[in-house]
Amino acid sequence: MLATSLLNPHKWVDNHADYLYAYAISRISDDEQARDLVQEVFLAALEKADKFEGKSSERTWLTAILKNKIIDIYRKRSSGLNNAVKVAEKEQEDFFYEDGHWREEHWPKELGFEDTDPLHNKEFNQVLQRCMKKLPKLWLAVFTMKHMEDEPTENICTELKVSSANFWVIIHRTKLNLRACLQKNWI
Amino acid sequence: MGPLKKIIYNCRRATFLIEKKLIDRLTLREKMELRIHLFGCSVCRVFDKQSALINKMVQQLFKAPKDDGAHLDDNFKQELQHRIEDELNKN
Repeated sequence: MLATSLLNPHKWVDNHADYLYAYAISRISDDEQARDLVQEVFLAALEKADKFEGKSSERTWLTAILKNKIIDIYRKRSSGLNNAVKVAEKEQEDFFYEDGHWREEHWPKELGFEDTDPLHNKEFNQVLQRCMKKLPKLWLAVFTMKHMEDEPTENICTELKVSSANFWVIIHRTKLNLRACLQKNWI
Repeated sequence: MGPLKKIIYNCRRATFLIEKKLIDRLTLREKMELRIHLFGCSVCRVFDKQSALINKMVQQLFKAPKDDGAHLDDNFKQELQHRIEDELNKN
């Protein structure tokens, strides 16, 4: 039987649906999939409602269920043949000379946002999001998991089946491409 | 190339250490390496500053949604609540 004193499913949609939807869409950028996820979260939550002990708030509990489902999606998206990784690696192939020195045409340049507060700059955020979408799915998955909830590195490696050495390579390469994309599209 | 020159030249390595620094901890040796490199390399100093900022901005994107954030339409919500009520009535 439902612990109705702790959970109130009659109000779930009113209280949490928009929040969960916004949470999902900012992480998976797919409207339809985000809607499906919200529904799945509620249904899954009903099924395991008896396990809810009230140690966290209803919203925190629902969000945790959602987060696990999002990680599943990352895993699915990033598995299989990954041609995109090769393309992305090629993109940064000529950033550096053999000895590791920057090639002049790829020098990071000041973009004029370093000393101001770009966090509320809408245009810049849009460029950032566009650049993130260009990343290979596996890279984006690693990058997002690291930054969305500050997921421990070991968890990311286990969930996405990447070695710890490869994790660092991905983190590095992701930033090289992301930063270069920002520079290219912002100036 | 001597080890010091290698450190001074290797921007690829320096950017790698910058990323590692932002997420994890550098070893003492790595810290020294990065400090020496950044001291002489203004290009990587720009990278260093931007990289930290990009992480901050990305984290901001994922923060709790604001009022102007995405919303579900009412129809969808109504149907969703119906589904939930159906499930509740099954028990």
